[in-house]
This record gives sequence, structure tokens and C-alpha cells, in this order.
Amino acid sequence: MKNLIVLCSLTAIIAACATTSEVEKNYDKVMLNLLKTDFISKGPATVERILTQDDVQKACSTFTSANSDKVSEAIQKSQLSTIKYPSDSNYLGSWSEGEKIAQNGRGMQSSDEVGGVNGGNCYACHQITKAEISYGNIGPSLYHYGKLRGSNEATLKYTWAKIYNSQAFTACSNMPRFGHSGILNEKQIKDVMALLLDPASPVNN
Amino acid sequence: MKPKLVITALLLLNAFSYAHADGSSSDEIAKYRQILSEGNPAELWEMRGEELWKKKAGPKNVSLEQCDLGKGPGILKGAYVELPKYFMDVNKVMDLEQRLIYCRTTLQGLTVKQATAVPFGSVGHPSDIEPLVAYIAAESRGMAIKISTKHPLEKEAYEVGKRLFYYRAGSHDFACATCHSQDNKRIRLQDLSNLVNKSDAQKTYTTWPAYRVSQGEVRTMQHRLSDCMRQQRFPEPKYASESMTSLIMFMAKNADGGIYDAPALKR
Repeated sequence: MKNLIVLCSLTAIIAACATTSEVEKNYDKVMLNLLKTDFISKGPATVERILTQDDVQKACSTFTSANSDKVSEAIQKSQLSTIKYPSDSNYLGSWSEGEKIAQNGRGMQSSDEVGGVNGGNCYACHQITKAEISYGNIGPSLYHYGKLRGSNEATLKYTWAKIYNSQAFTACSNMPRFGHSGILNEKQIKDVMALLLDPASPVNN
Repeated sequence: MKPKLVITALLLLNAFSYAHADGSSSDEIAKYRQILSEGNPAELWEMRGEELWKKKAGPKNVSLEQCDLGKGPGILKGAYVELPKYFMDVNKVMDLEQRLIYCRTTLQGLTVKQATAVPFGSVGHPSDIEPLVAYIAAESRGMAIKISTKHPLEKEAYEVGKRLFYYRAGSHDFACATCHSQDNKRIRLQDLSNLVNKSDAQKTYTTWPAYRVSQGEVRTMQHRLSDCMRQQRFPEPKYASESMTSLIMFMAKNADGGIYDAPALKR
């Protein structure tokens, strides 16, 4: 019930902030119609999925101006409430499995199989270990992530939440909402957590 | 035909038959080294495109030489740098690939299905479209990109393209803008162009189509966008659809003034 209220208020704020003219509304309409007519569902990437934007995707598709603080706060609040922490309160899995997930860029593409195992593709955007030099820079470096922060309860919880739903802390972050959107499962997130936080992980050496 | 191109062509044929015989990848690499020292293999596509342009074909057995790409029938020079644009005869905005479909169906009598049968070539299944685009685009080399958004439908294509560019959706919440709206970003080691920054947009837009070394084919903007959509976790865009023309319109307009320098050579 609480989630519902947060979501509704987010919708209301976004609606109230919209000041698009009739002409611009028409461009929006043409664009949405093209999404329906010009794309073909293939593998796990379906037309249905891109047509059903959630409130966050909608708010983050704006280009006329940055979202107001009020909208950003509403997004973060609503997304924080989506986070499911590990059922057994155990946050760390295997760092070596986490490394494989970080390397794997497959999953949910039209060229991938339906129901296949998704990767996290963390290296696409982040530096993580020192050994892997092929890393992107859309996100910050995560090298020495655990060494710099330790692994107290607050750090564990925050890191879990950030991977699960990055928009709980940064509205319209470029980072996928790995847990919330069902890209990585609980075990996989534990493994990525271990890659970042396990003192034995190459990230922290 | 320049002698250097003949040599390149022969080397290509040689390398293909050799690779076919034992499938050795080091020979493939040797082939590329050789070709790169000779020039851009895209020249072979340009030559084939010229032949296809001038050859009588289709049920009507006519060439494409009377095709109007926006500058008048048969005028190729400067056509590519003004596309996409509004065409009165169809009351639509078209990019080059859509316009080629139009000419091949109206002039040559092909069906749309025939005219779009192989948009993207592969070994053993060459595309007629990629060479035609390479040939036509090359005729604009050295000219400035000059995109009109004066006609209401041109303006609409640009505005719709912009909205598509920023539209976040799908499993990963990605939009084109996720990767292509900031300076100096990379995916792994691959540089990403900021397509809303004029100089970056110019650098990118003026170098397509391109011979992709990793694919051994000349690829057009339609192919580039299609592969972006795949990585964006979007469904497959229909070839030469209005949505892709709109996106191309947005990119092309952002690159206005850039000096065209393609077909180029890319990774």
C-alpha cells in the first residue's frame, strides 16, 4: 500500500511538471506509434517491454530540462522501497563467480536466448580489478571498493541496494536496476557483492 | 579502375578461397594487413555499387540512373549529405536507403520484398544495398552535411528522432542517450561518440557508411543503428523504417556542417 502511494505521488509530480505544448505532444505520439509499428519482438527483447515504460523510465526520458529536485527525490524514494535484501541476511557469495558475471555481457538482447543466464557486464562501464584493463568509464572505478570502505552492515546494505536498484540513490542513473528489473538473481548479486567486498577478491588487493 | 584496386580485389579473392580451404584465422589477419596497406576495401563496394547503379535490372530492365535522390534524376553529387529529406513525390521524409527502395520498386519494378531482400551482406550472401550506398555516399566526399528541417515533416522527423534518442525502456533502462550523450566515454575500450555534441556528431556521422574490419563488410547507418538497438536491449527495428529515418535525421542534423569523408574504415 505504501509503495502504491509513493508511485502515485511520483506520477502526480511528473504530470504536474509536464508543460509540453500540443505540438510537442503530437511528436511524442508519433514516436510512440513508431515504436509499435517499426520494431519486431525477437528473443527476450520484446516490443511489449519497450512500450510499457514504468514511471522512472518515463521521467528519465526527458530531454528538455533536468528533472527538478522534487522529481528526483520522488524517484529515489519510490525506488528505495522496491529493494529486497537477501532472504538469509547473507550478503556475500563467491568473488570468482562474481568476476564471471562482471565479464559477461550477454543477456536480454534480441540475439540472446529466452531464459538464458544474464551477465552483469560490469566491466562495460567500470574499472573493477587491476588485471582487467579492458574496462569502460561511464561509471566510477570500483577498484579497491571494499578496501576503501570496509564491510560493515551499512556498507553491505548500501552496496546491495545500489546493485539491486541504482535509482534508489541517483535518480535517472545510467546503471541498470539489476535486481529490480530481474537481470541478476539474488545469488548472482551476492557473487558480485563478494567481488567488490570480499578481502580475498582481487578488487581489494 | 585503379591498378591498386585490381591488386586489392585479387588479394581479396585469393584470401577468401584460401580461408575457405582451411579456415585459418592467421591468414585472415594477414589478408587484412595486406589490404590495409593497399587502401580501404570499401572501394570494392563503391565499384560494385557503380555497376549496380548503371546496370539494367528488374522486371522493367532499366538502370537506376534516373533515380532522383533529391538533387534531380541521376544526380549523385551532394545527394547523400542532404539526406534524409522530404520528397514531394511520396510526401515523406526518406533516408538514402528508403529512397533506394523507392527507386528500385518504381523504376525497376522490383517488389519491396525483393528490394530489401539482403539489407546487410554476409559471406556468400552479398547485399546489393551496401555497395549502392557506398557508391552514392562516396560521390559526396569532401562536401558539407546540409540537412533541412524546414518542411514540417522534416522538422517532425528530427523531433521524433530526438525523442527516440532519449527514450529509456526495456530490461536495462537504456536509451541511445545512455551511451551517446556525454563526452569522452567508453564501453570497455571502445570510444563512444557524444551525438549531441556537434563536433563529435560530425566526426561520427561523416564517417558512415564504413568498411568494418571486424565484419569484412561495408556497413550502412541502418546496420549501425540496428546493432545499437540490439545492445540497448530493444527489439529489432524494421529495416528502413520511419523510426530509423527519424533517428538518422536527428543525428544528421546534429552533424550539420561536418565535412563528409566516407565510406570510411572502422574497427
